[in-house]
Amino acid sequence: MAALYAARARSNRIAMGLCTAAALFGLLWLVLILAVLVWEGFSGLSLSVFTEITPSIGSTGGGLLNAIVGSLMMVFFAVLIGTPLGLLAGTYMAEYGRYERLTHVVRFINDILLSAPSIVIGLFIYEFLVAPFGGFSGWAGSAALAVIVIPVVVRTTEDMLLLVPGQLREAAAALGLPRSIIIRQVAYKAALTGIVTGVLLAVARISGETAPLLFTALSNNFFSTSMSQPIASLPVVIYNFTKTPDENMQQLAWTGALLITFTVLAMSIAARTLSTRMKK
Amino acid sequence: MADVAIKSIPHDRDGVANRSRVLDRFRRGDRFFFYLTRTAALLVLALLFAIVASLAYGAWPALSHFGLNFFISQSWDANAEEFGALATIYGTLVTSLIAMLIAVPVGLGIAIFLTELCPQFLRRPIGTAVELLAGIPSIIYGIWGFFVFAPFLQQTLQPFLISLFGPVPVLNAVFAGPPYGLGTLTAGLILAIMVLPFVASVSRDVFETVPPVMKEAAYGLGCTTWEVVRGVVIPHTRAGLVGGVMLALGRALGETMAVTFVIGNAKQISASILQPGTTISATIALEYAEASEGLYRSSLVGLGLILFIISFIVLAAARLMLARLNKLGG
Repeated sequence: MAALYAARARSNRIAMGLCTAAALFGLLWLVLILAVLVWEGFSGLSLSVFTEITPSIGSTGGGLLNAIVGSLMMVFFAVLIGTPLGLLAGTYMAEYGRYERLTHVVRFINDILLSAPSIVIGLFIYEFLVAPFGGFSGWAGSAALAVIVIPVVVRTTEDMLLLVPGQLREAAAALGLPRSIIIRQVAYKAALTGIVTGVLLAVARISGETAPLLFTALSNNFFSTSMSQPIASLPVVIYNFTKTPDENMQQLAWTGALLITFTVLAMSIAARTLSTRMKK
Repeated sequence: MADVAIKSIPHDRDGVANRSRVLDRFRRGDRFFFYLTRTAALLVLALLFAIVASLAYGAWPALSHFGLNFFISQSWDANAEEFGALATIYGTLVTSLIAMLIAVPVGLGIAIFLTELCPQFLRRPIGTAVELLAGIPSIIYGIWGFFVFAPFLQQTLQPFLISLFGPVPVLNAVFAGPPYGLGTLTAGLILAIMVLPFVASVSRDVFETVPPVMKEAAYGLGCTTWEVVRGVVIPHTRAGLVGGVMLALGRALGETMAVTFVIGNAKQISASILQPGTTISATIALEYAEASEGLYRSSLVGLGLILFIISFIVLAAARLMLARLNKLGG
């Protein structure tokens, strides 16, 4: 009996020791990556990063201005296109078609789009927009990012509308309000924080996306705010600069990576704070 | 509430005629909004079909020209216009396999640590940190892998593996040198680090669906923590765990930026995982913008189609597993 107890206690200690070791080991790598990123990125951080455009090979100085502006514009338009579509689709699933077969199918497809390989989305936009409509452009990049935004917004909108208590809708219906007004003025209002959370998550998701921009927006070595021309973006510039042997450009790649990581982390933290407030 | 809600709708004060006009407007607005939302929902479906259709359309010239050879040939020669997908499919599967072999046990370990062992005051901070790390863009892992991790492996782990397995048959072919730094193993390891927080946070969420009463009952019988995990928590959440792991696999298969930098981009099937290889996503990322029109570009789209179909199957299976868990839990 005592031997059995000892054996059980021993295997428990071994297994739990392994779990703790796994946790330490896994977290160690992730901390290490962030530490290197901050270390390498900070040393190149200066005002000129935000005021000068990307340098060419062999030159010194330069910054990331055109890439930052390009990224901001493409993310902005992607959210502008993707959010209304996602919001409306999520509204149908939670409000009108809650028990319909169509909703189940859309939810399933949406979940797959949510984790579809982003490079495939780039290929799709290339075949769909770039090839037939004459060349790489900021609009094509925005469209590719919008395809990533839509499933994120659909998912959170549906989830958040399902959290709105039915009594609110019933009370509004008892006052004689038509359904579309109940949805827009009662349900949306109650779920507003949740929906904003979804948009923030979507922004966090697309601001670091590189693969879908490689052959839709391409890149641009000059300052350009024209969405119908190829336009630079932070992730693609990081990608291109990492591959060069030029140390100045590699330094800028690290700094850009640091900027993206901070943006993404800030967005995710804001989204989390909002959603915990929503749950209270 | 009513007057607040319909403030934006102008309504006249007098008369039944006006009343019916307002109701009419309500009805029309209602119907319009219904069809608007329904169209948006259908658009999500259309999006998937559009992706598949445009990839199939783009890939058709290559698929019809090479036929079955496209899937079983590993030659990839842009000058001779000879394209086969086998080497890239192989690389995609092997890197993902390496990633899952490492990320699944370590991720489960983190999840068990977080739900059963971690002191209460540390659970939320560590859990949040893991979730935040799951959202870091893959290009960050790529740049770190290229500048820091690959040179590190070249000097430490790879020579060690080569000398360790040198005298062992079979394994000495798997770990045959020289240590390039860049290669299949490096890509697999980067992928492992990248999907690790994802595996950990999904498994933690799944573990938390176990009703506390069941765990308490097992503890009450005198079970150790490990016996509770093995005998109650894992059997109760099996479907969800498999679903979560497959979601992570779907991510690893389609991952582009973390892999492209460190895979070495050599279209070969090599017995050694230390040698350079390639994956579907890396090939598309590196070659598509420069590829000439015609068969070359079409073959790259064909690779994209294969990748989409593989990840569609994996993700669909994952969602079905997770849906089963929700039904059981609810």
